[in-house]
Amino acid sequence: MKTENQKAWFFVLPVLVLVAFNALIPMMTVVNYSVQETFGDNVFFWQGLDWFEQILRSERFHAALGRQFLFTFLILIIEVPLGIIIALSMPRKGFWVPVCLVTMALPMLIPWNVVGAMWNIFTLPDIGLLGYFLNHVLGISYDMTQNPLAAWVTIVTMDVWHWTSLVVLLSYAGLVSIPDAYYQAAKIDGASNWAVFRFIQLPKMKTVLTIAILLRFMDSFNIYTEPFVLTGGGPGNSTTLLSIDLVKIALGQFDLGPAAAMSLIYFAITLLVSWLFYTLMTKDDLN
Amino acid sequence: MQKRSIIPIVYILFLMLPIYWLVAMSFKTTNEILSGFSLFPQTFTLENYVTIFTDPSWYWGYINSIIYVSINTVISVAVALPAAYAFSRYRFLGDKQLFFWLLTNRMAPAAVFALPFFQLYSAVGIFDTHLAVALAHCLFNIPLAVWILEGFMGGIPKELDETAYVDGYSFPRFFGTIFIPSIKAGVGVAAFFCFMFSWVELLLAKTLTAVAAKPIAATMTKTASSAGYELGLLAAAGTLTIIPGAIVIWFVRNYIAKGFAMGRV
Repeated sequence: MKTENQKAWFFVLPVLVLVAFNALIPMMTVVNYSVQETFGDNVFFWQGLDWFEQILRSERFHAALGRQFLFTFLILIIEVPLGIIIALSMPRKGFWVPVCLVTMALPMLIPWNVVGAMWNIFTLPDIGLLGYFLNHVLGISYDMTQNPLAAWVTIVTMDVWHWTSLVVLLSYAGLVSIPDAYYQAAKIDGASNWAVFRFIQLPKMKTVLTIAILLRFMDSFNIYTEPFVLTGGGPGNSTTLLSIDLVKIALGQFDLGPAAAMSLIYFAITLLVSWLFYTLMTKDDLN
Repeated sequence: MQKRSIIPIVYILFLMLPIYWLVAMSFKTTNEILSGFSLFPQTFTLENYVTIFTDPSWYWGYINSIIYVSINTVISVAVALPAAYAFSRYRFLGDKQLFFWLLTNRMAPAAVFALPFFQLYSAVGIFDTHLAVALAHCLFNIPLAVWILEGFMGGIPKELDETAYVDGYSFPRFFGTIFIPSIKAGVGVAAFFCFMFSWVELLLAKTLTAVAAKPIAATMTKTASSAGYELGLLAAAGTLTIIPGAIVIWFVRNYIAKGFAMGRV
């Protein structure tokens, strides 16, 4: 199909230069820090792999990693099925299609710190719409600055609010690409709704769902700004996810060595899990 | 059919509630906000917006953000176009590895890069310029643009290229006058995604700027902490950050519906 042509490298060169400038140089800086100790003034001492060992053994890191996996697991298990259900029930043609698409995509275009600030204002116990409703109408005591469970429910709900639309839009794109003839054939065969979903719609959505799950995994695993603005990682450390902890160590305490080692371990985990997801979800295609 | 449309309606209502609350807050006076709960603004005021539009440190935040987002979108799409063409049409040494490596940059947590980026851009001498933020955002936007455009270009049959060459078109002329117009939906979608991810990102934008190129998001976080409880002002600033996104998405609404399926994103 494709022709062999080494000159194609020239087409790729600008991309390569720009991305390499942004990726390789900072990455080498991080690698540098991760094996050295510094007391400031640009004086460095060789430290070997000590930082890595320290991070891998530290309970603080284990706890943040655990919270990170829990958060990513929760949002995936809510957003993916919910996104599919919404996409299935959306109109396929007519006036309401662009209205639905535009309103649904809107949360994704709001700067992440504004999302955090917006949810903060929304959930303030006495003057926020949700906070007031829960506390004073339903009588449920709700204050996410005090209660870790409330903080967790809030950051997960916020992420569902923010990103479910990505799954909806991708699933919807898969759905509209199914020709009407498929549905007519299914109707003639007397297929149930479930059978139509399982054997026609789901296979057609597979590629886009793979992308949606991968993107949601990567982005939720790297999430920083929204929960930082909303809860600041609190109450206590209960919502301190990996990135928040990393920034605390690197810029808060200025422990560059441990922070760099943690960065590399963090990046390696993201890569590994993304790769696992990718191979698992595309395995059937190869057979 | 009627029963089914309940689900999207409820979902959209859920999406609109926090946005409504932000907008409602932006029209309230600080006094009213602090005095208690009210569903609608009781003493409707535009004061928060007046503050933003008359104070340079506020409105320059918006201008700065729009400048670096535009530069980034132009750079990302411009360099991604030939690269995506190469990936979709040719086999070359290391093409698959290169493509995967590009995508891995999409996975790197911005928090990992914050400090090295600061040092790198200070060393090159463009710290606190719009260009610095625009270039830094290329890290995740170029791979994304290449990915989207490659998907769109894959949908164009190779015969188009061959016919054009037979007709005596040079490559630049073919690329500019035939090929790009035929994937303009893809270019629109790619530009939209670049705009989106550059507009919403804060961590790198804040790290790479101090005064001259400070993004609106950073102005907001500073206000949130220093001015104490000026929720109305914060809400007005937040409301204004939604508008550019809403405009851009309205322009690409038709491309998005079609585009999502054609490109693989």
